[in-house]
Amino acid sequence: MRHVISLLIENESGALSRVSGLFSARGYNIESLTVAPTEDASMSRMTIVTTGSDDIIEQITKQLNKLVEVVKVVDISEAAHIERELMLVKVRATGKDREEMKRMSEIFRARIIDVTEASYVVELTGNQSKLDAFINAIDPALILETVRSGVCGVGRGDRILKL
Amino acid sequence: MVLTGAEIVIRCLQEEKVEYVFGYPGGAVLYIYDALFNQDKVRHILVRHEQAAVHAADGFARSTEQVGVALVTSGPGATNAVTGIATAYCDSIPLVIISGQVPTAAIGQDAFQEVDTVGITRPCVKHNFLVKDVRDIASTIKKAFYLAKSGRPGPVLVDIPKDVSMHKCEFEYPKEISMRSYNPVVKGHQGQIRKAVQLLLEAKRPMIYTGGGVVLANAAEQLTKLTRLLGFPITNTLMGLGGYPASDRQYLGMPGMHGTYEANMAMHYSDVLLAVGARFDDRVIGNPAHFAEEPRKIIHVDIDPSSISKRVKVDVPIVGDLKEVLEEMIRQLEAGAARPNPEVVGAWWKQVDEWRSRDCMKYKNSSEIIKPQFVIQKLWEVTGGDAIVTSDVGQHQMWASQYYRFDKPRRWLNSGGLGTMGVGLPYAMGAQLAHPDRQVACVTGEASIQMNIQELSTCKQFRLPIKICNLNNRYLGMVRQWQQLFHGERYSESYMDSLPDFAKLAEAYGHVGLKIERPSDVEGALREAFARKNDLVFLDFQIDQTENVYPMVQGGKGLTEMILSAEDL
Repeated sequence: MRHVISLLIENESGALSRVSGLFSARGYNIESLTVAPTEDASMSRMTIVTTGSDDIIEQITKQLNKLVEVVKVVDISEAAHIERELMLVKVRATGKDREEMKRMSEIFRARIIDVTEASYVVELTGNQSKLDAFINAIDPALILETVRSGVCGVGRGDRILKL
Repeated sequence: MVLTGAEIVIRCLQEEKVEYVFGYPGGAVLYIYDALFNQDKVRHILVRHEQAAVHAADGFARSTEQVGVALVTSGPGATNAVTGIATAYCDSIPLVIISGQVPTAAIGQDAFQEVDTVGITRPCVKHNFLVKDVRDIASTIKKAFYLAKSGRPGPVLVDIPKDVSMHKCEFEYPKEISMRSYNPVVKGHQGQIRKAVQLLLEAKRPMIYTGGGVVLANAAEQLTKLTRLLGFPITNTLMGLGGYPASDRQYLGMPGMHGTYEANMAMHYSDVLLAVGARFDDRVIGNPAHFAEEPRKIIHVDIDPSSISKRVKVDVPIVGDLKEVLEEMIRQLEAGAARPNPEVVGAWWKQVDEWRSRDCMKYKNSSEIIKPQFVIQKLWEVTGGDAIVTSDVGQHQMWASQYYRFDKPRRWLNSGGLGTMGVGLPYAMGAQLAHPDRQVACVTGEASIQMNIQELSTCKQFRLPIKICNLNNRYLGMVRQWQQLFHGERYSESYMDSLPDFAKLAEAYGHVGLKIERPSDVEGALREAFARKNDLVFLDFQIDQTENVYPMVQGGKGLTEMILSAEDL
């Protein structure tokens, strides 16, 4: 099962490697990991997308909680939540592909944020499947490069991860 | 008061009432050694290898209720310490390790004697710190001691760059420390405890299984009281020996790979298992799939939530300090009138006693050749069962745990989790320093002792009258046993060729050495050794080369699939 684990961690050097080291040392899977400071600069928030059985996810949350710098851990995928990922795609845009790419961007509510004579950079946010769908919808021969941020997520409504 | 970082380090240790620091000087810690020189409250024990420094601090901690402290230099000093740190981590021993680091400006420049100590030790410490500012030293050391001994204990490393130990600042030792991200649970959940007590009262085939946590939490007294109140059979793991008196009738011996028949059968066929400070290690329950075959309710009490339901599914988890939880269980039992049904428990005891009547620990003694079990039995008799016994890792470790009966906690020090050869002598050093008037015996083998034998020199310098019992079978015994049983008797590299004359070696270090070759000389030699109150005596017992450790559960098998003796093969 795919899970999205959010955690608050002290914003200290080495904290990230403690988390990633925990995953590699114990053989847990990391699909994506995003991290940045929160509104409280002393704390960072991480979103880890991982897969595993219920027992493994239970161990992952327990082991994360055990790290001295980890302040709070929740599995936000246990209930209603929102996931977003950012993707930048540089595509070849010449001739008739130029119009086509603009149309595709509109359909996916993407934005073209850089334009040259031969290329566009398209910015797209959404959940993973939407981003995947965009990649699948355009001609693979036109893709010059892609970069994705990894998932960041938040619980819906009253579910708040804060100190 | 304005002090240098180095002076602050020493003042912090004084504030923590540290008596002994085990260490080895080097470039990056020279200021700290200079600060040590100028005081006489903290005593430094100069070891001969940093691994032994950490093990000795660990032995000190295991035999007392205090935090052990080691001091090592940067680079090779720190890497030599890693085995010791990992050993303490696996057994949850409270340690503070202070390591020197190259000056801050040189960090990351591949400087002389530089390694990323915090990076290297990260997976095997409870927590570690790199102190970049002299003003942070005091609060960091305070945090280190607090982390090391609270919650599930463990080693904490503080890495201090050389320039930071040279800089000056105002010294003030914080009185309290609070960390928003670290709040170990102490009190067990009331409702869960009530549920547990109810389950125990209704049990038909109850069993109590306890581990090293009982010793670490100083909860042996509470455990004994609860066990007697319930009248259930009990087993202590290798790490938990002494948590319950081994000579008591309710005690079934150790469980697991080299545990007793009765302990393993009772573990397997119990219907309610109370696990206290034990983590269902593979050496204890064998294959978890086999263990799960027999349905039973498990109550698991542990300070560390991640130990619960890690290897086996638990029905009643209780997170908390064992002492507090056991006291609460006792309180609830004493407050209520209900007691376990004597008839039901009696029937279970009948079964347990039947298993016990197999007498699985019997062995064939000999008048020709020294049997290792006999040496340990005699050691137990000669010391009155109250010595602090350290062991290394191997067959001798198992024989020591099986044939020396520990009635009290903190008498048995060994590397259970990591299985580190070479711990025995440094553990004995730490224990002997902590308890100068007690008998300290190190049970070892000719292979293990050679992993830290240079410490005979430290023992000489600090006049440590340890009795080393070397069960010498000229083999890496446990490796040989596995090769015999599971590798078609192909004894690949398990033979110890070119052994030193250990008695002479001990003499070369200025100690007393005895070589014992006949069973009839065993007791006399032990008595002579312990009569020499001020001398380290190295007893080199030439034991039966072919003796194996039984009973045995082969790795990956279930607890009931036991080999009880060589005849079972």
